[in-house]
Amino acid sequence: MVKLITTGTTAIATAVKHADVDVISAYPIRPYTGVMNELARMIADGEFDAEYIVADSEHTQFEIAKHAAACGARVFTGSAGIGWAFAHEPLVVTPADRVPVVAMVGNRALDDPGNFGVEHTETLITRDTGWMMCWPENPQEAYDLTLMGYKIAEDPSVLLPYVVCCDGNFITHVRFPVDLPDMETAREFLPPTPPPRVNVLHPDKPLSIAPHVDYYWGTEIRRQMEEGMRNAIEVTKRVHEEFYKVFGRGGPPFIEEIATEDADVALIGLGGMAMPARAAIAQLRSQGKKVGYIKLRRFRPFATEVIRDALKKFKVVAVLDNDFSFGSAFHGGIVFQEIRSALYDVSERPKVVNYLIGLGGREITVDAMRSIYNQVLEIAETGEVKKLVQWVGVRE
Amino acid sequence: MSWEKLEIRTLKDAPKDEYFVAGHRTCQGCGPALACKLIAKAAGPRAVVITATGCMYVANCSYNTTPWAIPWMHAQLGGIGSAVCGAAAAYKAMMRKGKLKKEEIHVIGLAGDGGAADIGLSGISGAMLSGEDHLIITYDNESYANTGVQASSLTPWGAWTTFTPPGKMLRLGNVRVKKDLPKMIAAGHPNVRYVATASTSFPFDLMTKVRKGLAVKGPAFLQVHTPCPKGWKFSPELTVRIGRLAVETGMWTLYEIEDGQFKLSYKPPKRKPVSEYLKLQGRFAHLREPDYRYIQEQVDAACKQLGID
Repeated sequence: MVKLITTGTTAIATAVKHADVDVISAYPIRPYTGVMNELARMIADGEFDAEYIVADSEHTQFEIAKHAAACGARVFTGSAGIGWAFAHEPLVVTPADRVPVVAMVGNRALDDPGNFGVEHTETLITRDTGWMMCWPENPQEAYDLTLMGYKIAEDPSVLLPYVVCCDGNFITHVRFPVDLPDMETAREFLPPTPPPRVNVLHPDKPLSIAPHVDYYWGTEIRRQMEEGMRNAIEVTKRVHEEFYKVFGRGGPPFIEEIATEDADVALIGLGGMAMPARAAIAQLRSQGKKVGYIKLRRFRPFATEVIRDALKKFKVVAVLDNDFSFGSAFHGGIVFQEIRSALYDVSERPKVVNYLIGLGGREITVDAMRSIYNQVLEIAETGEVKKLVQWVGVRE
Repeated sequence: MSWEKLEIRTLKDAPKDEYFVAGHRTCQGCGPALACKLIAKAAGPRAVVITATGCMYVANCSYNTTPWAIPWMHAQLGGIGSAVCGAAAAYKAMMRKGKLKKEEIHVIGLAGDGGAADIGLSGISGAMLSGEDHLIITYDNESYANTGVQASSLTPWGAWTTFTPPGKMLRLGNVRVKKDLPKMIAAGHPNVRYVATASTSFPFDLMTKVRKGLAVKGPAFLQVHTPCPKGWKFSPELTVRIGRLAVETGMWTLYEIEDGQFKLSYKPPKRKPVSEYLKLQGRFAHLREPDYRYIQEQVDAACKQLGID
């Protein structure tokens, strides 16, 4: 075990090295590029061996990854913002091909307007296509969730692609203390070769993969993908247990509760937003305010029961969306839609409100978090929701 | 190499085994399907074929009815270069790292003219620059025939397509000049050791070129002229004749660029007039004598430059 002060990109590159990935396809776009820089350096220095393909676009990157995985290789690729959008064609067909591609995204606001800031919209618009999606809070979790990703994606009952979504500039670039295991310990958890599967392209066993399927079989194929995604819930739980046995960390698989024991209200959100929330909680708790936070670690699969059971005890739940769905129900965020829907059948359900925060890459501050908590506490006290969806800090 | 010899000069040299078999639903007289059959025959059982979206995906690789007796996979319309690059990289890395038995695997990518020369051009260029070992083959039927015959950048000047219909105002149909894809590949990627053109009407030459493209280390490129009864509007029994006429008139030329050296594969003893080729096809039916003369002039100049005349 080595304790390093390092970034999420270096942590993920180390996970890729530990996974003994065979094929990497790279194309630059901020803020994810650092992971590819680091992997290129590792390969050049002989730290591990992989075919590193300098691709000509994100479309190419994801097509390379899909086909290399179809040939049985362990693969890694990634992108950010509009790059992820450009890759969408190969990206959306990868789940149906049932190949365990693992990717990283450095979350970035979609252009136009040109923007380097963090937004989760680019990956959340892929939520309906069959990719498993997770959001680490810090570089440590970025390493952990990447290594776990291979094990979950390659499970014969899952075989779906997996993306680790990292808040751009923060998780990708800010240095944190990270425990990085040695290669041997990592491989005790994840062997260098994936478990055997039937859909591998090889002359010894000819088969046709991804043939043209029309309405006659299309429904059944969608259904099989759906089973893979459902199975991923149990597999993810098991992989977290296995991870804990080897490393003694990893946290619960889907959500992590922060200061929720006696809390009246809770905020819930993806990724690094948990950090300013933790700071706000510490301040508010010292004033005797009963506030908590739920860190949504994985968005696909969406662990409905787990999330519902965790949230039903609060008076008010505020969903933080660093994303937006224009023209959606209540004109709110994407995570809001799902959380609100998950609580619909609970008889004594909390009020669920939505805060759109950090849109267009604006910084998410402790002050903003504290202000949200105070507003939510007021709702808990009065029982009155003045505005269901709030834009945080917007100049109007 | 899994083949007894590289060159196929006569029927005796050609293997009897078929790896692209019956059970598909391409049109009668389909040139691209004939190309698939010859390519698979020449490549043999150690080949892995990836096909980009197009007729050779939609019309012949339907679920549960695959005609491929060797491993086959679909790639996105613009993804053929990336797909073969990924496949070749996977085998190479896994064999080097001892994860896969070291043995011969030939990676072949098939894309139509639209998939190769339009939407997939960037990816093919990337694949040609890569050090990966694969052969990309364009089956050139000079239009997006699968979607209902739309113009591609390999559609010849003067051809009718549904995107370039001859009309009262626009008399000529397609007025874009056919892109010279193999020369682009050869000129732009000096590391590529084998670039060639072929025709389904010259099967031995085609099969030999498939093997040469696979035998060479690193990426290779082959463009096969494949007449299309649907898109070119001719009767299905004329496929082979029309393919031959294309070469005999100089509308299509057969050559190899091996390690940068250009070499004609076939020189018609006496070139036939282009009108013999054009008049058999409904897609050129709207052209008039001056148009034939214009095409003849262009072809004459090209043939002179290539050393055919």
